[in-house]
Amino acid sequence: MAPIEQLTQDFLRTKKLPHIWCPGCGNGIVTAALVRAIEKAGYDQREVVIVSGIGCSSRAAGYLNFNTLHTTHGRALAFATGLKMARPELTLFVIMGDGDCSAIGGNHFIHSARRNIDLNAIVINNHIYGMTGGQHSPLTPTGKKATTAPGGTLERAFNLLELARGAGATFGARGNAAQPRQLEKMIIQAARHKGFSVLEALSTCPIAYGRKNRLGGAVEMLKGMKDSSIAIERAKEMDEAELEGKILNGVLFSFDAPEFSSQYHQSIKKGQD
Amino acid sequence: MAEAKPVLMQGNEACALGALNAGVRFYAGYPITPSTEIAEQMAVLLPENGGVFIQMEDEIASMAAVIGASIGGMRTLTATSGPGFSLKQENLGYAIMAEIPCVVVNVQRVGPSTGVPTAPAQGDVMQARWGTHGDHPIIVFSPASVYEAYYLTIAAVNLSQKLRQPVIILLDEVIGHMREKVFIPEAGKLLVEKISDHVPADWKPYDEKGLTPLVPFGFGHYYHVTGLFHDQYGFPTGDPPQVERALDRLHAKLDRYRDEIVLTNYIGHKEPRVAIVTYGCTVRSARSVVKRAFWQDRLPVGLLSLQTIWPFPAREVEALAKQVDVIIVPEMNMGQLVGEVDRYACGQAKVIPLNRYDGEMITPDQMFELVGRWLP
Repeated sequence: MAPIEQLTQDFLRTKKLPHIWCPGCGNGIVTAALVRAIEKAGYDQREVVIVSGIGCSSRAAGYLNFNTLHTTHGRALAFATGLKMARPELTLFVIMGDGDCSAIGGNHFIHSARRNIDLNAIVINNHIYGMTGGQHSPLTPTGKKATTAPGGTLERAFNLLELARGAGATFGARGNAAQPRQLEKMIIQAARHKGFSVLEALSTCPIAYGRKNRLGGAVEMLKGMKDSSIAIERAKEMDEAELEGKILNGVLFSFDAPEFSSQYHQSIKKGQD
Repeated sequence: MAEAKPVLMQGNEACALGALNAGVRFYAGYPITPSTEIAEQMAVLLPENGGVFIQMEDEIASMAAVIGASIGGMRTLTATSGPGFSLKQENLGYAIMAEIPCVVVNVQRVGPSTGVPTAPAQGDVMQARWGTHGDHPIIVFSPASVYEAYYLTIAAVNLSQKLRQPVIILLDEVIGHMREKVFIPEAGKLLVEKISDHVPADWKPYDEKGLTPLVPFGFGHYYHVTGLFHDQYGFPTGDPPQVERALDRLHAKLDRYRDEIVLTNYIGHKEPRVAIVTYGCTVRSARSVVKRAFWQDRLPVGLLSLQTIWPFPAREVEALAKQVDVIIVPEMNMGQLVGEVDRYACGQAKVIPLNRYDGEMITPDQMFELVGRWLP
């Protein structure tokens, strides 16, 4: 069997396919990158857990052949925190959408960052609430239209990675569905990093976001995404005018700091000795 | 078992100790009056015993963390009071649906809203039953003493594990903060079984045939956990017959083990004419009435105290109603469980509420006066 087919058999619940995502949705691309990353990083299938919240992207958990935990809206990181503290040896990937993570789940997001607990947050950001039909989220850019912002939203968007950094996360990276190989590499880096890692994966929702904002179909959206992103290494050599409207791609920050779950378990071990 | 030594202890402390002795090794919580002592006790006891204590960012997160840790194989506890209990409801429903064991303590205070944080009440009886949305089953214990807080917590942990069903302990500020002498049997060494060592090869996480153990994550049984209606393997379904079967199954679990779940206690006259039916701290005043009316004056008075309030002890109340003329239901609320008592009295006895909701206990005198009015 060819390697890619073998991968599909092991890590995907093929009987649960086809998935529920719309044509042109980027969720599948990000999910595939995650599967390849887990395979390449060489994790034991038994020790990988996929946790997700509620929304289109969070349905990914159901298609992945691991221990999978599909939680309540916004609370994936809080469930994952409990599980990681109970079983620090497990590797947890937490899949969330932009609304799930940054609106209803915003509190858990900043506190997971503050604790620097070893969870790998993969935030699939398509700038919209897709499953409920296209409402604006805290990551919808100002001026973009949504069913609940028919004239374009007046609200400002979070810079998710700056938020994470400010709150204490120790790894932050951004990729997009148009560059899945890069995404795959960043997932491996995030997973290997000891501490709270955030990967913002920009994605497409041609149905609920693209159509409303006249961004074209999936191909145009992916192309636009690729054109507007610029690698962090290249951006360092550019001035402000050149960077206008560009989105930084790559590992934006990564540094070492004490990780909460291992620190906790070491401290109680000391107490018992 | 080693000889029990008397100790002076608070209801909240007894709850924490009961949990520890029942094998609880994970606590997630958020500070709230009047339940904070439970968290403070756990913050000391758990690290000493190799367990995890974590103070979460809010009540919602505490409930979520407890469920996450349970899926990892730990016995778990969280404690709160009214406002926090309101916040926990969504994830409590998740635990019921996904059949994840956990114990939730609600030390009741006067509500609604912030209410009177330091005064007792029994206003969360219906919230404990119906607080989370949907037609769910629930188990709720209501301790009337420090010792009951201890052993009902142990019962709650064990039942929760066995049935894979969340259990609520509805304490109140009186029992939570009251100190009394209790005999705590010395804990034997608990053998923590690794369930995954002996699950059958055809193990299904949600076996339609009945109770099935929860195999924690990380042991090579790849299954899905969701709050959506799901099939035997945990995968989402919206198929009407499967949805109906799944909900029936959740309720059938409790029906089948009804006798282990429903705990009540009767004291007083063998052929009572007037009976008091109550729960929680109100039992204390009722006991004093029985002491005076029956033990002292030999009047036909009895008390049915309910350690379990949900599932409602329908059978016990029905039997009592056949014996007596009048059932008095004192509650520190505007009348919540009295409706249930009336439903199962089926017109066989007159059911009279006695309510107080000013943050003070119903006194024995208040109860005695009412009982006296209905004696032949």
